[in-house]
Amino acid sequence: MLKDVAFGQFYPVDSFVHRLDPRLKILFLIAYITAIFLAKNFVGLGACLFVLVLIIIASHVPARKVLRSVRAVAFLIVFTALLNTLFYHGETVYWTWGIFSVTKEGLIFSAFLVIRLLLLVTCSSLLTYTTTPVALTDGIESLLTPLKWIRLPVHELALIMSIALRFIPILMDETERIMNAQKARGADFETGGLIKRVRAIIPILIPLLLSAFRRADDLGDAMDARCYMGSKNRTKYKKLKFGWRDLIAFLLGAALVTGVVLMRIYLVRAI
Amino acid sequence: MNAIEFKGVDFSYSEDGAFAIKNLNFSVKEGEFVAVLGHNGSGKSTLARLTDGLLSADKGEITVFGTPMTDKNLYTIRKQVGIVFQNPDNQTVAAIVEDDVAFGAENIGLPREEIGKRIDFALKAVGMEEFRHSTPTRLSGGQKQRIAIAGVLALKPKVMILDESTAMLDPRGRREIIDVVTRLNKEEGMTVVLITHFMEEALLADRAIVMNRGEIVMEGTPADIFERHEELITYNLALPRIGYICKQLQAGGMDVPDTLDYEKLAEEIAKCVS
Repeated sequence: MLKDVAFGQFYPVDSFVHRLDPRLKILFLIAYITAIFLAKNFVGLGACLFVLVLIIIASHVPARKVLRSVRAVAFLIVFTALLNTLFYHGETVYWTWGIFSVTKEGLIFSAFLVIRLLLLVTCSSLLTYTTTPVALTDGIESLLTPLKWIRLPVHELALIMSIALRFIPILMDETERIMNAQKARGADFETGGLIKRVRAIIPILIPLLLSAFRRADDLGDAMDARCYMGSKNRTKYKKLKFGWRDLIAFLLGAALVTGVVLMRIYLVRAI
Repeated sequence: MNAIEFKGVDFSYSEDGAFAIKNLNFSVKEGEFVAVLGHNGSGKSTLARLTDGLLSADKGEITVFGTPMTDKNLYTIRKQVGIVFQNPDNQTVAAIVEDDVAFGAENIGLPREEIGKRIDFALKAVGMEEFRHSTPTRLSGGQKQRIAIAGVLALKPKVMILDESTAMLDPRGRREIIDVVTRLNKEEGMTVVLITHFMEEALLADRAIVMNRGEIVMEGTPADIFERHEELITYNLALPRIGYICKQLQAGGMDVPDTLDYEKLAEEIAKCVS
């Protein structure tokens, strides 16, 4: 598993969460996001937070890594919270100035929003931290299989995605090689204004594109030669397996959603 | 029975352009190891593509184990003919070795257990069992090309064509590939067509063919071909280094025979000197 991925944000350790079936992780994320938005009070959100902390602990991904993904969207979260605080109309007014006002209800609403966004971002990034792109593609393919019924070429889409992923490191190496070749000819990528820098990229992009097309041609031939005929009559060697870990995660996800829904029905007032 | 047979085959890449293959008659016997030599543009890669139906002939007849090349027979033939191409990076489909080896076997709809067995067999045949769960990006050129061979072997073909498969490798990688292929030929009875411009590699073949401008211009045992080294030069091909050493020694007055075997040459030199 350590050697599977050379890029992306996958965090290569062996943990309970890493070993979960990718399909389950994707479904769990969807259920979790649903729970976050169904939770109408701090008890519900607290339950969501508790589950998230459990997942982080079980994933062996260091908190520092997890926080890094939050930092990337911190500005967006602060900005959204600020707008909501200033424009929310509530009864208990603390402060007003022109069209802006800060109310108790507005503050509570913003706090909810911030917590929801934080939970959302953290849980989503945990999926990519604990699942290799290959496993993720397999999971998506498997989950989309029912859509074959409406003639969506699920297998072909998944194959395109996995080939794209496979060629990322190869094309990155190639870019570096071309850049070095251009540098050796006196190209300058580091100085000058925006326009000059964008222009300097053209002599990298064109050879890169040409090479990508040539590679695509070669790969097409190699696939043809190995009897590729599309998804028709094709079998799959790797089967995703649903194990005891998946059952535990499934029960946890189901309990969370059920709990939040029940709270929404029986506890009408926000605490 | 002939594994591959070409009868009066013509092929050109453009409507009005020059022939890439011109009135070609050529055959490979079952179990034979044939080296196809030629300079760039001699038509040797076109030959490989025609055999596997990646290109279709303008004229003439191509048969593989008696099956004529037609649209209907395309996959019957592709199952029997495996091609290993030049660039190892451009023929790997999956990001994990075993998934890539499985690709061909999955394509022809084999059951899971059988695919597993074929992965074991193919990786063992190329000596790459320990890399089963690795990612191909991290392997050396020779190792990547051995994975490509394994990917072809998983389809259990009867003929393996190596289309300049060693051209991008370092000497060590080249030796790895040639060793694997020679063993497949000798031990598994695999029919091998080795397309190359490295003359040294042709030494191990049963028969060598030299192509120039879409035609076969020389044919014989590798030793025969090397004997006619002055003719080779007119086709832009050079002798293996050992061939020139023999020629130079003879020119210098030493009584050594033409040989392609370093040890034999060493013995002969020792005889002359003592």
